[in-house]
This record gives sequence, structure tokens and C-alpha cells, in this order.
Amino acid sequence: MAQVSITVNGKQRTGDVEPRLLLVHFLREQLDLTGTHVGCDTSQCGACTVLVDGRSAKSCTIFAVQADGSEVTTIEGLADGDNLHPLQDGFWEEHGLQCGYCTPGMILSAVTLLEDNPSPSEEQIREGLDGNFCRCTGYQHIVNAVQNAAAGRA
Amino acid sequence: MAAPVLPKLVGQRVKRREDPRLIQGLGTYVDDVKIVGLRHAAFKRSDVAHGRIRSIDTAAAEAMDGVEAVFTGAQIAEFLDPMPIGTPFPSPEHRAVATDVVRYVGEPVAVVVAAGRYAARDAADAIVVDYDTRPAVVDPEVAMTGHPTVIHADFDNNLAVPLVPSGTGVSPDGKTVDDTAVDRAFADADVVVSQRMVNQRLAPTAMEPRGVVAHYERGKDTMTIWSSTQNPHILRTFIALLNGMGEDQVRAIAPEVGGGFGAKINIYGEEYVVASLSRRLGLPLKWTEDRSEAFLATIHGRDIIGYIDVAATRDGKVLGLKLRLIADVGAYNMLLTAAIPTLTMLMANATYDIPAIRTTLTEVFTNKTPTDAYRGAGRPEATYFVERGMDMLARRLGMDPAELRRRNFIPADRFPYATQMGAVYDSGDYAKALDRALANAGWRELQRQRDAARAEGRLVGLGLAMYVEVCGLGPSASLPTGGWEHAQVTIERDGRISATTGASPHGQGNETTFAQMLADQFGVPLEHVRILHGDTGVVKQGIGTFGSRSQAVGGTALHLAGTKVREKMAKFAAALLEAHEEDLVFEDGRISVQGAPDAGKTFAEVAAYAYVPVPLPAGLDPGLSEEAFFEPANNTYPFGCHISMVEVDRDTGELALLRLVAVDDAGNLINPLIVEGQIHGGLAQGIGQAMIEEVRYGADGQPLTGSFMDYAIPRAADLPRFELDATVTPTPVNPLGAKGVGEAGTLGSTPCIVSAAVDALSGFGVTHIDMMLRPEKLWRIIHGGQA
Ligand code: FES
Ligand code: FES
Repeated sequence: MAQVSITVNGKQRTGDVEPRLLLVHFLREQLDLTGTHVGCDTSQCGACTVLVDGRSAKSCTIFAVQADGSEVTTIEGLADGDNLHPLQDGFWEEHGLQCGYCTPGMILSAVTLLEDNPSPSEEQIREGLDGNFCRCTGYQHIVNAVQNAAAGRA
Repeated sequence: MAAPVLPKLVGQRVKRREDPRLIQGLGTYVDDVKIVGLRHAAFKRSDVAHGRIRSIDTAAAEAMDGVEAVFTGAQIAEFLDPMPIGTPFPSPEHRAVATDVVRYVGEPVAVVVAAGRYAARDAADAIVVDYDTRPAVVDPEVAMTGHPTVIHADFDNNLAVPLVPSGTGVSPDGKTVDDTAVDRAFADADVVVSQRMVNQRLAPTAMEPRGVVAHYERGKDTMTIWSSTQNPHILRTFIALLNGMGEDQVRAIAPEVGGGFGAKINIYGEEYVVASLSRRLGLPLKWTEDRSEAFLATIHGRDIIGYIDVAATRDGKVLGLKLRLIADVGAYNMLLTAAIPTLTMLMANATYDIPAIRTTLTEVFTNKTPTDAYRGAGRPEATYFVERGMDMLARRLGMDPAELRRRNFIPADRFPYATQMGAVYDSGDYAKALDRALANAGWRELQRQRDAARAEGRLVGLGLAMYVEVCGLGPSASLPTGGWEHAQVTIERDGRISATTGASPHGQGNETTFAQMLADQFGVPLEHVRILHGDTGVVKQGIGTFGSRSQAVGGTALHLAGTKVREKMAKFAAALLEAHEEDLVFEDGRISVQGAPDAGKTFAEVAAYAYVPVPLPAGLDPGLSEEAFFEPANNTYPFGCHISMVEVDRDTGELALLRLVAVDDAGNLINPLIVEGQIHGGLAQGIGQAMIEEVRYGADGQPLTGSFMDYAIPRAADLPRFELDATVTPTPVNPLGAKGVGEAGTLGSTPCIVSAAVDALSGFGVTHIDMMLRPEKLWRIIHGGQA
């Protein structure tokens, strides 16, 4: 067992973990933050995406011990109190989700995408979300959602 | 002050009410369910495709930390009967955990119960199974010779369903077949095109894998089962049956469900095992599928070979059609397995007035994961075969593919139209959808662009496909589970509305569309309506969500229940207002007399009166809660036209989808925003099938596509911006005029892309290319001569 201390959504959280425990399971099972999802076991689908030290990262690809000392933001911590993040608003406004399973990861990937490029073209959005799979939407409304958020921030 | 005027919501692009929780990570999916004392299950699965289990050594697993129990298939069989199916076809015994012979890679052979997820997985991996392997067969056309192996003893030549004929001249019981009309059509034809086509095996791949939590409570002798399912009521029926419990003792909950696409209709072995172990051990128990497990253990879709012959005159009138189908159903029959390919037969008439059709269907067992419903379920296959056949015919005749379709359409004035296949199409105007799509695409201009690109040496192609599908399933005669849907609408004492629906959504947005309908029906704000679903403890009865039935069947049940409550509420209001019921209007949160909006009562006032009815109006009971079952008299038949433009890279063989234009007619629409989302998703899956998706097996039955490393699903950059439009031809089958739209996108997109690719490569002499259209395959066509 190893001790980890991670700042999650602004709060310091500690836990005793097996060294092999994935960050996503630490978040979901030890901290009960179940908004972060698991969609694969080969680091491809992006359902598990969170922000680690402000950058999007696949939490199924990181051991909890590797995140020791970092700051993690999950979907539960993205809104500013009752004010939704512009990307959350964008997804709602543009019908960017159906079953919602990919959505938390999709939104957090888009956070980093827009930080790097505040007014991306459609092609840049599509390429920027390459690491996130959605089986429901065909992506068009997701692209619209990211564009909506980008326009709102501009 | 005048009450605010509430907008009519049906037909509007209303934002979804489900979304606030889902965009904040506040939805509860099955794997998020936690119960004190919860244990975890993991399955040991066969890694051979066919073999007899010689021995299973569970000692190492049992000795591991945190492991509480290990059960082999033989031990499970002591208390769990074989799994039932939902179709009337003969079916081999199928145990949730194999006892003796394993028949596909991924078939469960043992199950572990442990304190934690990782401990359960470790222990499952520590189980050692010794197999006496047998030859495996993965090609259905080989399997049907009975060699090199017979998978189930009582099914000669591996025939799950021996040849079934259908169509012109076949008696309703299938016993007598008169080929005269079909033979004459082919004898009279100027031209016949023939092709063997493969509609390949796909993995449905909902982003949320399957999962189940079962909690048997000994004190109450009740079972609660949470499952990622499309149909909690059907789950309840089967879980009760196999556990020897009453349906009243079982509560099935479909919480947030992360996509289904047909794969979560089936009731799976893992659900039966987890439920029965929870009961036996007196513990709450969870199982969550890994993605690589899902590629083996969740049903696959499609996998059907079609031999098509189309007979026509030289001016393009189709005289006859033959379609010989061979379906590879994998190793076992699941809930609906055997019925799915029959829908391919049913839809062989497509959108055309074809005087003579003969189809035959043979279903074959192989050593692969069983197949069952995947989005479209039998209808995309029919559409693919017939539309590719029509495209080949157009090419042979040198005729514009749109013109060929037009010459053969069932005319708009012939509906309801009885097909050669025994379906009665409810309503349709195929030429209108075609014309709209041609206009939106700019068909002539596209042809000019294609020809100009070709002149520069670029490989650009155009494809077009019509479709009609059978939706809104369906009359009970066609569904062994029952084909109705149920709803209950309650006006609460404070005037808020709660309604239950048996249509259990997993992304379809029923909480929004159904609330739109009730808000309009009662003239109240959307926020005052709550739609409850997915819990048999709350929703009394239901069938579930599949076959594009939510709106057409579930929405209608809701409308009927709402109508009953409204009538009763009008009686209470009439008593309060001393007016005639028929003079009342429900508007802007008030019930008032027509023409005198101020002389009315608020909705909440009338509701309160109904629950404290002093005095009680004569002939009325207190309360405002009514239910309705809706049994449709027929299926619905939505249709449309999809057009695509593609370009093949001459050097790499890579296919790029440049445009996809779709015109879909689903009858009346409740929420066009949600409808577009449904079509987008279906298009992506249809495009995925055409271009990049295929479940593959080695000759030894080993799966070659066992993870996202090897099985591709479309990513954002693989897809263009879709160009959608709709025509509206309401159905007479239900009072809403809604036909259903969940599967539409998968129908036309697939053949229109393959036809476009064939068009692009027509200079190399190809007339057909089997899916998926991977670059290597196209490159070989381009470079075949010099390769
Ligand atoms: S769960 Fe992390 S990438 Fe799929
Ligand atoms: S909304 Fe269902 S997977 Fe994206």
C-alpha cells in the first residue's frame, strides 16, 4: 500500500492505495466521484478524461500514485458553483450528448483544446477530439457544442 | 395580470432536460451504484473456440485474498436452469456458464465472487481450465456442410434454422412454394444482375459496457437488479422466471444507460448468474464488463450473406428479385437472435413495386459470439442488398441510379401497400424524399463535379440509396414479449404532472420529448412535467426501447393516458366553474371557459379540488391518475434517401467521405433537435460499417478484433458535417402520426457509400466491393494490374 495525497476539485484528498490502482478507480471508488467513466481498457476511448494539473489526461492511463501531489479536476468540479462552465453550457445548448457516457471526458478534453486554441476551426475541433469516442452523436452536435463554447468565450 | 402565454412545444427544438445532470457528472450508471457490503463478480472465459472442458482447477483462485467463492459452470447448473430465448425457434441448450462444451471464445466457464474488483479479476485469471479442443468453424457456408465440426448435437449441418422460404407464391405457413411467378419474371427479363454480398459482423460498442448489480434481501424475499438494459420489464420477467420468483418480488432498474444500440435488449448470462448468486449468497453483487470482455461477450450484429438476383426490362422496370440469405448467428440463440434475419426477408420489397420476389433464409451456427439485434436489426441488411442490387442494375443499364429508383417506386397513391413479403406499408411518398435529396445534394452539379475530378485523374464517386424500414414494433402478434407500451399520467395535488413510461431510454431523450407532449396537452410549463422511467418499481408495466418504438408506441400510450386524465380533470373543472366540459380550455397554466380566460381556475386549484373533492361531483371518483396500454394495429414504415460523395486516394486506397446528404421521413416529429441527433448517430454507425468496422476471426475461431486497438469505430475526424432534411408523411397507425427514427441513419448510409466507392473505382472494372472498404482492399483494386 502507498499513501497518496491529491488535490481533487480544490480539496486535498488522501488515500492508501495499491500501487497498481488506476487514478480513475481511485476517483470513482475511493472518492465516490463517479462522473469520470471507464469505456475501455486500452487507453483509447477518453471516457475517463480528467484535468491533471490543468491539462486533459486519461485517468485510466495513470496510476493513482503517479498523480500524488497533483491537482485533479473532474467533471464534478468543472462548474463554478451553480454557474456551468461554457463547455457544459455548450453541450446542453447544442444537444452535444445523448446517453451522456462519453460526455464528461469529451468536455474535459475540449477544455484543453480551447485553452490551446480559443477559436478552432471545425477541422481542428474534430482532430482535437480524436482521443474521445462517442457512439451516440455522430460528433456533429459535439462540434457545435465546442464552437458554441468558443464563441461564448470570445 | 394576464398569465404568460406558454409556447406550444411539440415540434420545437427544446433543449434536453436530462442534460444538466449528465454534463455535471451527476448521472448514476450501473457501475456507479454502491450498496453496503457490495461484492464483485468476475468471469473466467473460454480462450478456445470449441472444446470439451476436461477439468477446471479453482484451488489457486479460492486461496487468494478477498475471494469468497468460486463457482464452475457445473456448480452453477445445480441451481440455475438453461437460459430461455424470446423467439419460437428451436434452440440448443444454453447455460449461462458452460458445463461441458465451450463453443466460442469468451463463453463463461467459471465465476468468482470477491471483496473487490481487482481481487475478483485476479482470481478469475488464476483459474486453470484444461480443454480437449475440437475443430472450430467460422465460415457459415462451410459450417452448413456439417464439417469440420457439428457445434450442437441436435442441429444437423449446424443449421440453426433450416431453409425458410418467403415471398411471392409462398403459403403463409411456408409449407407450399409456388415459383411460377418468380420464374416467369426471370424468363421475361432483358437483363439480370447477380451478386454475392457480405453484410459483415459488427460490434455494437455502446460506450458504457454492460454491467449488473443484484441485491437480494432475504428479509423481504425480494430482488432488486440494476442493469444496463434497454428493457427493464423484460429483464424482470426473465430474472423472476429463472430464479423461481414472482414478478412482484423482482424490481429491475435501468439507471442511466450509456447507449445500447440493440445489444442491451438481450438478457445475458451474467445477469442471471449475478442475480442468482446474490440470492444464494445473500449478498449484493456487482459485475462490470471490461471493454475487451465486451468484444467477446456482448452480442454482435449483422453477419449475413446475401445472394441477390434482380431481373429487369431494358428500360429499367424490375420484374423480379431473388434473395438467398445465409445468416451466421454464432454459437447460440440469444433472446431475439433467430428473429433478426427474418426482418431482412420482410424488407426485401424495399421501396419498390416488384411483382415477384423469392427470398430464402438459412441460419447457421458457428464458433463465434452469438449475434442479435444491432441498430437497424435486419433492415439495414435488406436495404444494403437490395440497394446495391439496384445500383448494379443501373450501372448495367447505363441509367441514372435516381431514375432507376423512380421507375420502380411504389406510387404514393398506393398506400397502404401490401408487399410480396407480407408487410403492409402504412404510408409513403418515396419520390418526394428522393427529389428533396437530389435537390439538396445538387445531384446534377455533383455529377458534373465528379466528371471534372475524374478528368483530372481523381477517383471521385457518387452513391444514392433509398430505404424503408419497419419500426414502431409492433403488434403483439409479431413480438413474443408483447408489442404494446404502457404509460400512466398523474396530476399531483399541487398541479405538477408525473408520468411513467415503459419506454426505457438510453440516450433518446424521452424525459424531454414526452414532457413536451404533456405540457402541450395540459397547457402547463415544461418544468412542471416529470417523466419517470426505467424502474419496474415505479413504472408498472412496459416493454422497452428498441425497433424505433419509443415515440410511435410509448409516446402514443402516454398521449392516451394523458387524454384520459384530461377528460377527468375537465369534469372537475366544469363542476368548479359551473361550465360545460366541452367549453373548457387548458392554457397557460389555467383551465377556463373558452372566450373568458379570466373566469377560470389555475391548474393547481383544479388539481387540489380533485384530491379534496368537496362536494364530489356526481359520477366521479377522487384523484387524477390514469393509465393506458397502446397496442398498435400495425408497424410503421419510415423511409428516406441518402446520397454520398466519396474520393479514393489513388496512392493509398484511403476512402474519404466528402458529403453525406440525408432526407429522412419519420412522420410527425416531436423534437427536431433530438431527431437530428438520432439520425447523426445512426449515420455514423452506418458509415462505420461501410468504411472501418468489422469483427474478424481467425480460421481457428480466435477473435482478431478484441479491443479498440483492432476494432475501429468512427472518430470525429472520420466524419463530414451531415446535411439533413426531412419530409413529413404521417402514419395512420397512431394518433401522433409519428413513425420512429432511432435506426434510420444506419439504413441508407451504408449502401450509398459502397455504391459511391464502386462508382469512384468503376474505371477499374469493379461492379461490387464487399465491406468494410479498407484502404488495402481499394488499393488492390486500383493497383491490381501492376501489383
Ligand atoms: S477508459 Fe480511459 S481511455 Fe478508455
Ligand atoms: S453521448 Fe453516448 S457515447 Fe457520447
